[in-house]
Amino acid sequence: MNQPYRINGGQIDRSQPIGFTFDGKEYQGFKGDTVASALIANGVKLVGRSFKYHRPRGIFSAGSDEPNALMTIGEGARATPNTRATVVELYDGMTVQSQNRFPSLKFDALAVNDLFAPFLSAGFYYKTFMWPAQFWEKLYEPMIRRAAGLGALSGAPDPDRYDKGFLHCDVLVIGAGPAGMMAALVAGQAGLRVILADEDFEMGGRLSCEREVINGDASLVWVRQVSDALSSMSNVRLMKRTTVYGVYDHGIYGAVTRNTDHLAAKTEKPRETLWRIYTKRSVLAAGATERSIAISNNDRPGVMLSSAVRTYANRFGALCGKRVVVVSNNTDGLRTADVVRTSGAEVSAVFDTRQSVMPFDIRGAQTVRSIKLSDGRKIDADCIAISGGWNPNIHLTCHKRGRPLWREDIAAFVPNKDELPSEMEVAGAANGSFSTQQCLREGAQAGARAVQALGKSAGAVDIPQAGDAPFEITPFWEMKGVKGRAWVDPQNDVTVKDIKLAAQEGFRSVELLKRYTTLGMATDQGKASNVLGLAILADSLGQSIPETGTTIYRPPYTPVSISAFAGASRYEHFRPVRETPSHYWAKEQGAVFVDAGLWRRAQYFPRSGETHWRHTVDREVVATRGSVGICDVTTLGKIDIQGADAAAFLNRVYANAMAKLAVGKCRYGLMLREDGIAMDDGTVARLSDTHFVMTTTTANAVGVYRHLEFCRQCLWPNMDVRLISVTEQWAQYAIAGPNSRKLLQKIIDKDHDISNEAFPYMACGEVTVCGGVRARLFRLSFSGELAFELGVPARYGDSLIKALMSAGEEFGVTPYGTEALGVMRIEKGHAAGNELNGQRTAQDLSLGGFVSKKKDCIGKVLSQREGLKGEDGFRLVGFKPVNQADPLTAGAHLIARGNSAEASNDEGYLSSVAYSPSLRSYVGLGFLKRGQERIGEEIRAVDLLMRSDVFVTVCSPHFIDPEGERLRA
Amino acid sequence: MRNSAFQVFKQALQGDVGWKPVWRSPDPKPEYDFIIVGGGGHGLATAYYLAKKYRQANVAVLEKGWIGSGNVGRNTTIIRSNYLLDGNEPFYEFSMKLWEGLEQELNYNAMVSQRGIINLFHTDSQRDAFVRRGNAMRLNGVDAVLLDREALRKECPFLNFDNARFPILGGLSQPRGGTVRHDAVAWGYARGADQHGVDIIQNCEATGFLISDGVCTGVATPRGQIRAKKVGVAVAGSSSRVMAKAGMRLPIESHVLQAFVSEGLKPIIPGVVTFGAGHFYVSQSNKGGLVFGGDIDGYNTYAQRGNLPTVEDVCEGGVAIMPMIGRARLLRMWGGVVDMSMDGSPIIDKTHIEGLYFNGGWCYGGFKATPASGVAFAHLLATDSPHETATAYRFDRFSRGYMIDEKGMGAQPNLH
Amino acid sequence: MIITHPVLGPRDAQEFTYLGDASLIHRPDPEADDATGAFHEYLYQRENIAGEHRELWFHEQGDRSWLVVTRNTLTHEVLDVEFANDVARREGRSQ
Repeated sequence: MNQPYRINGGQIDRSQPIGFTFDGKEYQGFKGDTVASALIANGVKLVGRSFKYHRPRGIFSAGSDEPNALMTIGEGARATPNTRATVVELYDGMTVQSQNRFPSLKFDALAVNDLFAPFLSAGFYYKTFMWPAQFWEKLYEPMIRRAAGLGALSGAPDPDRYDKGFLHCDVLVIGAGPAGMMAALVAGQAGLRVILADEDFEMGGRLSCEREVINGDASLVWVRQVSDALSSMSNVRLMKRTTVYGVYDHGIYGAVTRNTDHLAAKTEKPRETLWRIYTKRSVLAAGATERSIAISNNDRPGVMLSSAVRTYANRFGALCGKRVVVVSNNTDGLRTADVVRTSGAEVSAVFDTRQSVMPFDIRGAQTVRSIKLSDGRKIDADCIAISGGWNPNIHLTCHKRGRPLWREDIAAFVPNKDELPSEMEVAGAANGSFSTQQCLREGAQAGARAVQALGKSAGAVDIPQAGDAPFEITPFWEMKGVKGRAWVDPQNDVTVKDIKLAAQEGFRSVELLKRYTTLGMATDQGKASNVLGLAILADSLGQSIPETGTTIYRPPYTPVSISAFAGASRYEHFRPVRETPSHYWAKEQGAVFVDAGLWRRAQYFPRSGETHWRHTVDREVVATRGSVGICDVTTLGKIDIQGADAAAFLNRVYANAMAKLAVGKCRYGLMLREDGIAMDDGTVARLSDTHFVMTTTTANAVGVYRHLEFCRQCLWPNMDVRLISVTEQWAQYAIAGPNSRKLLQKIIDKDHDISNEAFPYMACGEVTVCGGVRARLFRLSFSGELAFELGVPARYGDSLIKALMSAGEEFGVTPYGTEALGVMRIEKGHAAGNELNGQRTAQDLSLGGFVSKKKDCIGKVLSQREGLKGEDGFRLVGFKPVNQADPLTAGAHLIARGNSAEASNDEGYLSSVAYSPSLRSYVGLGFLKRGQERIGEEIRAVDLLMRSDVFVTVCSPHFIDPEGERLRA
Repeated sequence: MRNSAFQVFKQALQGDVGWKPVWRSPDPKPEYDFIIVGGGGHGLATAYYLAKKYRQANVAVLEKGWIGSGNVGRNTTIIRSNYLLDGNEPFYEFSMKLWEGLEQELNYNAMVSQRGIINLFHTDSQRDAFVRRGNAMRLNGVDAVLLDREALRKECPFLNFDNARFPILGGLSQPRGGTVRHDAVAWGYARGADQHGVDIIQNCEATGFLISDGVCTGVATPRGQIRAKKVGVAVAGSSSRVMAKAGMRLPIESHVLQAFVSEGLKPIIPGVVTFGAGHFYVSQSNKGGLVFGGDIDGYNTYAQRGNLPTVEDVCEGGVAIMPMIGRARLLRMWGGVVDMSMDGSPIIDKTHIEGLYFNGGWCYGGFKATPASGVAFAHLLATDSPHETATAYRFDRFSRGYMIDEKGMGAQPNLH
Repeated sequence: MIITHPVLGPRDAQEFTYLGDASLIHRPDPEADDATGAFHEYLYQRENIAGEHRELWFHEQGDRSWLVVTRNTLTHEVLDVEFANDVARREGRSQ
């Protein structure tokens, strides 16, 4: 296939031709090409459309600063929008689509916007679209939204894998140009652990793009030698295709490696790896980015950065034009003319901005055709190579809010040495030192300083000889006195006029300018436009650039995929899963599981013929209350507490008294936060004088443990008490129902008497089961039945559930899940998560009597505040529908009979409801103002969301066995 | 100058040379009736309503940097009034109503866009809590709809209904929730305030208060002392630093909240969606960027920048519920200092120093409150009594035990 | 961020859980006359320092020690790390 703009030379591999399509048309490039270089070689000029005016856009740069050539690469779910063609390595069969155009790139209907451009100046939308008011959402905004945006997401889940990694090193070198390679070499030779990272897929930085000579040879020879030397060092890690995107605290750098985007065949390898790099020192050698000059119609395809024209010729063997005009305000930009000439193209004209005659306007439509000069002459051209100087890539020096300094001699911002991250050195062009010789020298020096800082000595460093021509620039920002529009931010269509208008309207701070005009908010993050825009603002305010300021650079240096940040934490792997020891057994029984925090618990155990979860749950409740049921309660937090002061400690952390709890007994405990609000409840079992086991709710296990450690270590550091979480060390089952004792007697070894006399309600003790397996038995009841909790070391948990089930066969033992557990606790009137929601006091929970008057405890003092003690506050009470058939809904609000449903009449809400198979009716727990005084009152439970409005009777929350006879049986 | 399509047209034909500065840059007068310290959204709104609604002609706003440079200049732009508690819901609904008429009120298009907000729930007890909250909203006359899984799937087919770690069971929707072009809010209020005679003085930091015998009579600035009958402070993340100059300690900690924006994309997410089992919320701006955020970093800081664990946590949450956004790229991230209060709710109150008033403790949610905060603070400053929707936002609620703790997290700011 | 644990050395801050101002060690005397006022000050009022801040971090995914970290809230520079236990004893939390 024909590549009309392909020339000899470059680092592409002509033995490996590559076919790809752009907007459906087939093209050919070579291995080593980027999409941009291949399009240039094929003579494609028009590659995109601008954001606002949909003006034609061509390739502008040759790097990650590209504002124009944004493409959608790939197809289907792998289509990646907004990808800069200038950094994408070509692979065989790649499909490339242009964006933000309809119906086609050449004929874009929204290009009509450009005709209305005079009316669409900066911020116009703040001044209109307001009438009539309701038209905004209905008409204007949908119209604007449809027109906006760049590429489109596929809408399908990202099918690729992503990974994260952690790297540790002594010196992180960012950028593998001459400065970075020298720094890495020096540090590597000193034996330090070095990482050298570069966003490019080849080492060398600008050396790959220029015709530099080092030590008398083409610079690429030096690049290859040093690359080989670094590769051979086991202490040096070279990371190509790796962007260091951010600097964080204490020497942590964020980086991302693109592993597979350059491969035609999709592999199982992660597409990208997100790295956290922990380094002692860093050397920023990220180079510099060229900037343009504002000239009338400087956005036409074919207007490029001067250095990009050299890059395409030298590195990729691709000619950006056959008649090239060079415009530059500095010595570096003028070099392009030589490259063009020796590449076989014509240099139509060279403009040094110090000349009097200057390009006045750039003509053409979908490509550049000619330029018009200030003296009226016209010069034919198909490419305009512009250099307005170079901006050092100081971004990473600012991520910790360092403010750069303006250097007049190079007309650019350079890093402020006093405000760098403490571990960072800056070398080479990133430091404003542009000659190759300076880069090599500064890189070596920065490497040596890093070595010294780490207490090692750098050997003698041989600095290679290279070009050291001085960089000279005469700032020139815009061609003034022209009528046409001159672009500053070509993607977002911000022109010189927009900036001046913003200044005229009072948006004089750079940050205000940015926000008002959207300057620098495009996907290139202002790399192409910020400094130019700032200079024009300074000029229109009659201030210097340093007076006018700079914007803060924030991470990421270049955009990073959201998937990379998420890594492998996606789909079912978003968070780890905790499973109980009976999990696999429950799965075999066909249990339906539910998430409880990270835990996965059996929710209910459906049997064949049961068509609704309620059938199952009702059966489980009835069977438990009728005979015996078993529930895995391993997930409850368990904290082992030991020490001479353990009892005293518990007495301080619980609201109720714990000090005198007898050995062999359990007690319910209510814990308050220091602000007097209920934090958690659970039980305490005293196994010996100095040994307790506490249970917490599943949800609060971690928080309660943390709180207890805080009390122990920070508040009462001299108490003799030690704590450890043993939630995962013990498997625990609740065995509930009138036959629970009989069942347990078959399991618990005979020498342990668990009769009601020997082991009454609230007893606890260490036992053995199944012939000698160590276990703990607690006579606790959440269900209100005669019940026990039996704990064994977690490794026996699976065996124990099986043993319990087979021992219970004769009683028709029924496993029950969290649903039945919930039904039974509501029937019994126990508070749980819906009640202990961090907003309720002990008094609200009708547990006010629990707060001991005789002793201090966490939360006691502040629980005495007026707002927490008020007698007209909430009380936890029970609710039954007046009409037994009415269902209740949790979250319904309580309104007194005869009152209308509005906020001023709101007297509380239902917190938990369940269908009680025992009462054959719904029952509910909830909080009602002065509930304790209103037992027997009929009141409305109003749920406007579920369209339910039923009368309920206020009652005791203890629906089942209020006297507690069953659990003491 | 009135803004209108005609004006835009007319000015354009004249080369846009006729547009005037949106606000003046006056020199400070030696004395005002009211000084508002802080030229952010709340401060500017306060000044606007003081001048417009409470007819106060002699008002100044002092801003340390440029106006709107704090949290109104960088936030995730969400407006909603889906609160649970009595102390909050009427206030935020008042704010919502003000948003709904804001553009006509200010003659400035802040792009108030009520595309809806949906809070997802993932467990039964979360649903119960949302039903309770939704009913509290409805009882207050606010719109709230409970979406079950199927109804949600119709509105947001792009959510992960297939293999999410925490299954999506439904959502609580407030159709009137939405987003606003945040910078335009600051500019619109500044323009309105200026037109009503308020002096907006940028680059003028209040370096101290003039206090004698327990009475505040003005502020010290690098441009000299400026006297005032009343001084109102609305400085968000800087609250503690500024009020310390008056010798006060506050029930507030300063934390960093990071926020994120993706590259521009064609419209794909209609309204605001909030994850209920992780830290993530998202909307899509009119320019096409996904605007998203999550939890605060969690440590005290004034550094206006955060760290990676939070960035990763937020993106994990995003991909967890919307696996399609993974291939979009994160374009910018930033951190703002937020004034986290001890119960997660704000303070609009007098201080113990006569003539000194405080507005702060907005946590990460001050943006949506901007209009109501402005009215309520202006009301307090003008009348010395709290606005009817802000009676609960008092300093003494902590000592008296009337916390407004929506999340039930207690006196730990980083958990709200 | 990295917190250098007194025993375990440098650890990523992600291993820790943050509580807040180290003054939370100094729980007031519940028997004092103005205990309610003192507890209100203790629990709710914060210096919220812009500068060197002594604060409590819990090594939740580590050795479960509470640490007092002195950290600059303007720069995040960590200046000192001690066991909260030692600090509490030294500062007179006798019991």
